Amino acid sequence: MIFSVQNRISEWLAGLGRITLLAREAIASAFTLKFGRRDLLYQIYFIGIKSQSVVLVTGAFTGMVLAAQTYYQFHKVKMDTATLAVVSVSMCSELGPVLTALMVAGRVGASMAAEIGTMRVTEQIDALRTLATHPIDYLVVPRLLASNIALPLLTVEAMAMGIAASYFVGVHLLGIEPVYAWWNMLKYSHDSDVLIGLIKSFIYGGIIALIGCYKGMTCGVGAQGVGRATTEAVVYASITVLISNFFLTLTLEKIAVILNL
Amino acid sequence: MIEVRNLQKSFGAQKVLNDVSFRIETGESVAIIGRSGGGKSVLLKHIIGLLQPDAGEVFIDGENIGPLNERQLLRVRRKFGMVFQGAALFDSMTVAENVAFGLRRHENLTEAEIARRVAGALEMVDLSGTENKNPAELSGGMRKRAGLARAIIYEPQIVLYDEPTTGLDPIVSDSIDKLMMRVRDTLQVTTVVVTHDMRTARRVGQRVLMLHDKKIYATGAPQAFFESPDPIVRQFVDGIADAKDLLDAKINLP
Repeated sequence: MIFSVQNRISEWLAGLGRITLLAREAIASAFTLKFGRRDLLYQIYFIGIKSQSVVLVTGAFTGMVLAAQTYYQFHKVKMDTATLAVVSVSMCSELGPVLTALMVAGRVGASMAAEIGTMRVTEQIDALRTLATHPIDYLVVPRLLASNIALPLLTVEAMAMGIAASYFVGVHLLGIEPVYAWWNMLKYSHDSDVLIGLIKSFIYGGIIALIGCYKGMTCGVGAQGVGRATTEAVVYASITVLISNFFLTLTLEKIAVILNL
Repeated sequence: MIEVRNLQKSFGAQKVLNDVSFRIETGESVAIIGRSGGGKSVLLKHIIGLLQPDAGEVFIDGENIGPLNERQLLRVRRKFGMVFQGAALFDSMTVAENVAFGLRRHENLTEAEIARRVAGALEMVDLSGTENKNPAELSGGMRKRAGLARAIIYEPQIVLYDEPTTGLDPIVSDSIDKLMMRVRDTLQVTTVVVTHDMRTARRVGQRVLMLHDKKIYATGAPQAFFESPDPIVRQFVDGIADAKDLLDAKINLP
């Protein structure tokens, strides 16, 4: 029992170490510009453009339900016009980046793990190596950079969509006074909220791509190995995003206060 | 020149290679034969640095590749072309993109020059006109040919074949054998073929190495090797599962 727990802990730590080494190698490779520009553009298209619908729907409905729930609570203390301010701050610094990352982890992280995992079990990664191509240069770096670029852009879309949808629900369905609601929203939303959201989404982009690629490159043999790698990529990326969100919020809010943003 | 010295490799508790040593001269063509699961492919992957040995050394043109990291190995691997057992074509690319892969990555050529070289490589493997097909549309033999075209397009010094005729019918196997001989003779490359197909070993190899019981058990020119009276060699060459049957086969010989 004790040995089993010890084994799991040491296995987990070894995995963490390997992901760190992968990240280091990928970042070093990114600076040497050995990756293909066409591959980078394709990955930006795949991660950014193709994820838009799911991110926009998520942003819209999260904004709407947040507006409705906030309104029902605030209405009791006659603070109806603060509804949009709550939605805006939440969407920009927390819900926008986190929900976008979770949706992209489900869609893109799984796809990365499955694609690279299949390449591994069919010896395509070995073929890359025999063709004097480093798998990290060819497979990981374009996905990592594309994810870092696409996630903040998708997050901005989710933020804007959430706020727009909450305005529609608040003003047209719940009858909030639009001028005061809008004014309050601008008053209580700061540049730092948007900036924190963007920094978070940049980091989440890296987490999703690294975990997806790592799980694909280390997947077990056969269809079962690929299936397991795909599931683990989504689960681990989602959990890492949620856990790191807490620490990022504490750290970034502190920095924002220190810098007086 | 390829030289393997005292190579040892285990996967977990299972030892696959134990003290394997041999040398392949530049331009030589060698067939490595042995039973399925006997470590032939593992040995081949050590030669190109896809696997790291537990002990022993692999020298390519006098350079020990053991201490090299993955990025340093890329330089050594440019001397190689490798044809995989399942072809390992990139399934997200067309045949032409697969074949052009090495050129696009490592040489600064115009699209017209790349297209010309791809057409030349495909013609050499009798696959002209398949440029725009996807690997999934090709038969097993065609996939092997496309894999060979991809391996030879940048004119490597050494070509490695991992079970090139496994899973193919005798007629397609014959065409692959002829293709390997054509590549060997036209490009003057060092050839290493891992196979358990005796006909391929006999035709393509100028020398045969037999891997048995985790070691190089026998070696020799094809003619002498296939006429060897050694019982282990005979059992494998004649394809007899039980040593007792070997005796019966000898008795029943005309």
